Amino acid sequence: MNPANYLYLAALLFTIGAFGVLIRRNAIVVFMCIELMLNAANLTLVAFSRMHGNLDGQIMAFFVMVVAAAEVVVGLAIIVMLYRSRHSASVDDASLMKL
Amino acid sequence: MESLIGLLVAAPLLGAAVLLCGGRRLDRAGHWLGTALAAVSFALGAVLFFDMLGRSGGERTLHQHLFSWIPVEGFQADVAFRLDQLSMTFVLLITGVGTLIHLYSVGYMEHDARRRRFFGYLNLFLAAMLLLVLADNYLLLYVGWEGVGLASFLLIGFWQHKPSAAAAAKKAFLVNRVGDAGLAIAIFLMFTTFGTFAFGEVLAAADGAGEGTLTAIGLMLLLAACGKSAQVPLQSWLGDAMEGPTPVSALIHAATMVTAGVYLITRSGAIYDAAPNAQTVVVIVGAVTLLFGAIVGCAKDDIKKALAASTMSQIGYMVLAAGLGPIGYAFAIMHLVTHGFFKAGLFLGAGSVMHGMNDEVNMRKYGGLRRHMPITFVTFGLGYLAIIGFPGLSGFFSKDLIIEAAFSAGGVRGWVLGGATLLGAALTAYYMTRVMLLTFFGEERWRHRPTATPAEPDVEPAAGRGAAAPGRASGQTAGQAAGAAAEPHPHESPRVMTLPMIVLAFGSVFAGGLFNWGEAFVHWLEPVTRFEHPHPPLPIPVITGATVAVMLLGVGLAWLQYGRRPVPVTAPRGSLLTRAARRDLFQDDFNHAAFVSGGQHLTRSLVYLDHTVVDGAVNGTAAAFGGLSGRLRKVQNGFARSYAVSMFGGAAVLVAATLLMRAV
Repeated sequence: MNPANYLYLAALLFTIGAFGVLIRRNAIVVFMCIELMLNAANLTLVAFSRMHGNLDGQIMAFFVMVVAAAEVVVGLAIIVMLYRSRHSASVDDASLMKL
Repeated sequence: MESLIGLLVAAPLLGAAVLLCGGRRLDRAGHWLGTALAAVSFALGAVLFFDMLGRSGGERTLHQHLFSWIPVEGFQADVAFRLDQLSMTFVLLITGVGTLIHLYSVGYMEHDARRRRFFGYLNLFLAAMLLLVLADNYLLLYVGWEGVGLASFLLIGFWQHKPSAAAAAKKAFLVNRVGDAGLAIAIFLMFTTFGTFAFGEVLAAADGAGEGTLTAIGLMLLLAACGKSAQVPLQSWLGDAMEGPTPVSALIHAATMVTAGVYLITRSGAIYDAAPNAQTVVVIVGAVTLLFGAIVGCAKDDIKKALAASTMSQIGYMVLAAGLGPIGYAFAIMHLVTHGFFKAGLFLGAGSVMHGMNDEVNMRKYGGLRRHMPITFVTFGLGYLAIIGFPGLSGFFSKDLIIEAAFSAGGVRGWVLGGATLLGAALTAYYMTRVMLLTFFGEERWRHRPTATPAEPDVEPAAGRGAAAPGRASGQTAGQAAGAAAEPHPHESPRVMTLPMIVLAFGSVFAGGLFNWGEAFVHWLEPVTRFEHPHPPLPIPVITGATVAVMLLGVGLAWLQYGRRPVPVTAPRGSLLTRAARRDLFQDDFNHAAFVSGGQHLTRSLVYLDHTVVDGAVNGTAAAFGGLSGRLRKVQNGFARSYAVSMFGGAAVLVAATLLMRAV
């Protein structure tokens, strides 16, 4: 199968993730979309690794997974705390970061 | 002997410093200290004078080099003095008349709380004036010139609680500044042309320079002289300067300071001799001023202002003579000295009259004072005879010589100048006789008549007079109201005031004859100013006869008008010329229209420009940045998703740019 197809799939996944981040208000969903984008990036890396015939991309993908796992830990904790204090998981409710 | 020259200046300067810095503990004796230091200066001057007489004509000039003031490569300014016959004449006049006036002021200012300060200023004035005439270069002369201007400002505005005095001081200072600018420019021109401003070097090199440059220097020096000597067109300050105490008018505005311009022109004679065009302008200025002052003097009812106008006119004579070149310099200085005597005497007499008349200055409220103030009457009368040129008195000799020199100017010019000086002599006789008759003769108009002032048919309405002299008109009505309570009791002044007047009266009588004895004065000045005998187109006895005749004519006319008929206490409306002369021939109106209002419009438009353009630019920039930041602030809305959009947008732009660059 043509490895380029994986790239197309990755681009599609990334776009879906990006739109999800921009459009959805629920912090959990936004978070899931970010994961989707990260995995789209992983897919790209692996695809390029295959296309170029070396393992650099795959190793990089492992790194990304590790970082993503760490990020999930921190991110979910933040979201839970936010929900506890505000009884809402909407990202637009937490809009205090302005002048 | 040279070392004494600096002390001439130092003595009054010390007096000024001590009196002005010494504080109230000097209040009791400060005036005597000031007078004593002026007298010390005069004594030193006399010592130097007799020493100078002991040497022959060519070796009489003394130099004293005190220190190098600004020693720079190619620019040498020294504090150095030069005492020659011309400076000597001025030194004796300034210190002599100055000491007498100090003495007079002791009595005149007796009841003034700030008398010590007054004497400090008088001493400062003497020091500055002596520096002016003793300086050996134009730069040091400029220092004295400015010092004289400062002292004059302080003294005119001495009664600073009067707004009119403060305004007069400011006016004098400003008008003088115009002349000072002329002197500064003349010094710049001299330095660029000759590379120096020492008298000796500049005057020796004057022949070699181009005539255009010399004309420019001459005209600028003339502008300076006009400012200081109150010549047309910078004459307007002198009349207002009479707001100062009367001794100031006598010292500064009659005997010394106003003569600085004549000194400057005479000292720079070599420059004028080589620049005939500048000389012509000097002569014209002198002739115009002598008639201008005389006409104004004919209409003034204020005794001091009439005398001030007369000063202007007499200095016009001197400037005219100085503009005639070597035939006139010595006569100009001679008239200056005799004028110093009789005009100082006249002013002191006027002060004495005011002293006895509760400071009333309106001559129409005098009359018949000769019985009440005999010494003032006699000294004033001798000064009067001297100024109108009564044969045998000082003014006769000096003025007659100037008239002869004016006729000798050659051709049409000689006739015009001679005619102007003769007309001036007639007018002088007229207005001085008027002053004399109004003050000392006639009925005693200061007494309150039992019946109220009879209605005079041709009285000018008060409003009309108000336009002519705003301050005076209100003062007059107020004075009339207050006068009902206090009638003045004219009395003779104390001896400390009459003594200087007597001495000056002697000078007024004998100085001219003494100077003219075998042309002594002319020969005395000849080594400095050079001298050529004038050759008038008419025989000298004819000119002298004409002078005496026009003088008698003026006296007669004044007697017909003011001696034979009773004088109305309120000034009649008068002819068009009288009214114009009362307003100083519209000099203030002219200045106002030509300079003041223009300047005011300029400042107003500049202020407007400042508010709209300069401030507008600054405020506009600030407002623009403020508005822009206000808009930009909206980006920071706190919504995480909108930040995400900008991040994505930015990333997209970066990727697009990278791709674009690679495609290119």
